[in-house]
Amino acid sequence: MGDWKTITVPIPSSESKNISQFTSETNMSPSSLCSQQVLCPSLPLAKSVHNFFRAFCTEENVDQSVSYLDQELTTLGFPSLYEESKGKEVKRDLNIVAVLNCIQELLVLHRKNLLAQENVETQNLKLGSDMDHLQNCYSKLKEQLETSRREMIGLQERDRQLQGKNRNLHQLLKNEKDEVQKLQNIIASRATQYNHDMKRKEREYNKLKERLHQLVMNKKDKKTAMDILNYVGRADGKRGAWRTGKTEARNEDEMYKVLLSDYEQRQKQILLENAELKKVLQQMKKEMISLLTSQKQKPKEKAEDTPGTVLSDVEEDNSELSKENMWELSCETVREQLTNSIRKQWRILKSHVEKLDTQVSKVHLGGFKDEEVISRQDHEQETEKLELEIQQCKEMIQTQQQLLQQQFTTTCDDDTSSLLQDCYLLEEKERLEEEWALFKEQKKNFEKERRSFTEAAIRLGLERKAFEEDRAGWLKQQFLNMTSFDNKNSENGKPQSAFSGSSDQDNLTLHSKPGQKSYSVFSESSVRTSKLTKSLPVSPSTSELFQTIRHISENSSSCVLNVATEDTKPNQVGRECTAQKWSVASRSDSQEGGCSGSRSLACTDWSIEHRDGLP
Amino acid sequence: MNFSEVFKLSNQLSKFSPNGKFLASCVQYRLVVRDVSTLQIFQLYTCLDQIHHLEWSADSLFILCAMYKRGLVQVWSLEQPEWHCKIDEGSAGLVASCWSPDGRHILNTTEFHLRITVWSLCTKSVSYIKYPKACQQGISFTKDGRYMALAERRDCKDYISLFVCSDWQLLRHFETDTQDLAGIEWGPNGCVLAAWDSCLEYKILLYSLDGRLLSTYSAYEWSLGIKAIAWSPSSQFLAIGSYDEKVRILNHVTWKMITEFGHPTTINNPKIVVYKETEKSQNLEMENLPFPPTRAAASSLFSTESKYEVVSSPVSLQTLKPLTDRPNPKIGIGVLAFSPDNCFLATRNDNIPNAVWIWDIQKLKLFVVLEHLSAVRSFQWDPQQARLAVCTGRSQVYLWSPAGCVSVQVPAEGDFQILSLCWHRSGDSMALLSKDQLCLCYLENEGVK
Repeated sequence: MGDWKTITVPIPSSESKNISQFTSETNMSPSSLCSQQVLCPSLPLAKSVHNFFRAFCTEENVDQSVSYLDQELTTLGFPSLYEESKGKEVKRDLNIVAVLNCIQELLVLHRKNLLAQENVETQNLKLGSDMDHLQNCYSKLKEQLETSRREMIGLQERDRQLQGKNRNLHQLLKNEKDEVQKLQNIIASRATQYNHDMKRKEREYNKLKERLHQLVMNKKDKKTAMDILNYVGRADGKRGAWRTGKTEARNEDEMYKVLLSDYEQRQKQILLENAELKKVLQQMKKEMISLLTSQKQKPKEKAEDTPGTVLSDVEEDNSELSKENMWELSCETVREQLTNSIRKQWRILKSHVEKLDTQVSKVHLGGFKDEEVISRQDHEQETEKLELEIQQCKEMIQTQQQLLQQQFTTTCDDDTSSLLQDCYLLEEKERLEEEWALFKEQKKNFEKERRSFTEAAIRLGLERKAFEEDRAGWLKQQFLNMTSFDNKNSENGKPQSAFSGSSDQDNLTLHSKPGQKSYSVFSESSVRTSKLTKSLPVSPSTSELFQTIRHISENSSSCVLNVATEDTKPNQVGRECTAQKWSVASRSDSQEGGCSGSRSLACTDWSIEHRDGLP
Repeated sequence: MNFSEVFKLSNQLSKFSPNGKFLASCVQYRLVVRDVSTLQIFQLYTCLDQIHHLEWSADSLFILCAMYKRGLVQVWSLEQPEWHCKIDEGSAGLVASCWSPDGRHILNTTEFHLRITVWSLCTKSVSYIKYPKACQQGISFTKDGRYMALAERRDCKDYISLFVCSDWQLLRHFETDTQDLAGIEWGPNGCVLAAWDSCLEYKILLYSLDGRLLSTYSAYEWSLGIKAIAWSPSSQFLAIGSYDEKVRILNHVTWKMITEFGHPTTINNPKIVVYKETEKSQNLEMENLPFPPTRAAASSLFSTESKYEVVSSPVSLQTLKPLTDRPNPKIGIGVLAFSPDNCFLATRNDNIPNAVWIWDIQKLKLFVVLEHLSAVRSFQWDPQQARLAVCTGRSQVYLWSPAGCVSVQVPAEGDFQILSLCWHRSGDSMALLSKDQLCLCYLENEGVK
């Protein structure tokens, strides 16, 4: 805490000047720093005390003190406080400027000293803390050293013990080995001893046996006998043969026969096994060859490889071999070729398989994952699509339901709901009715126009026909005029007439067809629209017709939409939506697929008008 | 599965005739021959003393009854009940008696293996074979009955003599490189003879019919060696069970080991099916129990029924700590048998006495382990198909086939402890033998039910 206080020593002020004065006066012993530090908190007190007890300069001794100061300062190397005297006897005057300068210099010096002191103090502090730290470190390291030394001693002790144990164990092992050796020797000696004993005993035993044999067998034991009623025939029905040299030879023969047959059987088995194995080898070889050749054919760049040439050689060999019947050859001649060829092919196959392996591993590293990801994406897309479709289908179903409901409400609630609606939308209705009347008028006009148009079309067709006829006739005339040969008229006339006729017919069909059709469609559509059927006949002419209708009724579409709002009572945004729904519904209803959206929209608009207009 | 009624029996002596028509069984000193189809008594013979050994001749015409205590062999004819034959070995004594494959000669081994007497039923001639070796399996006939191999011991060396059975002429006589020959066995093709050393040394020698040494095989030294061997019916494999709890299989071409089957006490492989016999919890309905209880009910109360359960791996099998300071320690592969179709090998490790291990020979892998509640007494393959019958000294007979396995309680009065069993040659029935009773078990024609 004392250190902290020194740091917060105030910057030189008038008071500090006093202190410096005081300090400069007191001898600058090394302990002065410390004493000052201690004195710092009680600075004002010190000052007052100082003033009170030892006033350096008083009224009486100003001169002395000045001279003293001058002396002191000059010794310290400052300029003299007095003016340069002209005469020695003259009393020198105090040079104020010099005094002030001196004071200033002293002050600067003092400040410098303070700064230096501060620096030194902080450095001292730092060093002190460093010292502390190092001391701590030192003590710790000392402890560590101590512990590790102790550990080392422990480990050394253990090592020593273990070494001792190891030595003991080695000794034991050696002993055991010796023991084992000894025991083995003992066993061996015992075994020989035993065998020896056994032999001795057995000899004795044999002697005894011999004796017994003599005693028992040679005594002509009457009891040893067979009492049999009558001898029976041999199992094979033959009489027992005499024992002669012949029989002995025969027995030998038979024995060898038995042995031979056994060996023959075994040989057969082995041959069979060999044949099987050869077959397997051959088959394997063939398969290998076929496999390898097919592989070689695919990658052409491998053709110049050395294995390929080897393979071909081998193949040639094989073909040659197979031509000769190799099964008949003894093993020695075939074996080497066969095994060599198989080995070669096996090597080729192995290298190929290794290649494949590396390829596979590469593929595994690279492409396979991507593929999988892609497929997953596809899958997701597909599912999204399907979900969208489902959504659409649901909407369709909803709209259909709505339509059905609407139909119901419009048909059966005519009296009640219309009343209700009327009271709510009387004004609107009036407006609608006006519009309706206008539309009707327009419609009438349109009908008239249509009729006139069809009539005009028919007329045009007739006229055109007449014109064509005229033209044909004219052409005919001209042709006849051009041809000078009258006798060939009949011949040329036929194809010409046929040609002209056909062209006429074509023209007729070409021109009359759309007209007739359009006419029929017109009537049909009018009938249908009056019947309020949603299914619409589709043909190019009808589409044209409806386009025209739409053009006409474009201005009345707003009124149609209003009607729709009247029916379903949706908000303003829903109007177009319902109209579209209508179109969707009608599209689904109409059996023909070629109905375009705009057309159906138009037709539905129309149908709505009709239906609303009916009541 | 049906069971016949129970017949009396002594010394577990009961055998089907080789032609499968008759069943001979001994009751004290009486020999009863029954018709297998009807189980009616076909013939009844009375011997001079308690019968110790019973054997049919290969043509099913004669039956040999040996009375070792009296040194007597009596032969009976099925065709002529009045025909009789008695062979007395006199003071030489008798320890073993068997038919020659032709069914007209009887080979009697005297006490102390002094000699083998070959008695003929056709002629008066008697042949003696000296120096037969007293060992586990000293006589072996080829399957076709033409040749007999005999282990001999002369001057502290092992020999093998090959005889022609038709006239008992010595064909070959050769020394074997064994310390103490323990057994010999012909391969089913009759051309290879396997001879193995005693348990002190692991050594098996293979000889050709003409006495040539084909191969020798030794898996290890300084430890107890071969305990049992088995030829596969095709002569292709020779399985050797040894005291190190392993079965080694040799092939017939190079006579080298193909594979070795260890018999671990824990089975970790989940592919191996482990069937564990568990006792069925009997739901005793007290109100249904008659008072006083009938004999059958009482016996059923005391004999617990059991069933197989498939246990998920890992399974640790019950082991028996063998006594190492006693001779013939109960450790190692003591019994092993190939199925008639060569596909499976059944083994028993004597220190895991409750388990039967069935190995798939085509894949050379462990296939199934059957663990029972008590030690397996014996097992035998159905001669017609891959079906194994096991008995454990309880009143159940256990059947295994690749389709599954089943434990069947013998519905006999009292506790019918099955000690051994033998199949009829047709595979349709088998005889279950307890200490003093006999029961026939009839199986349905197809598969295990």
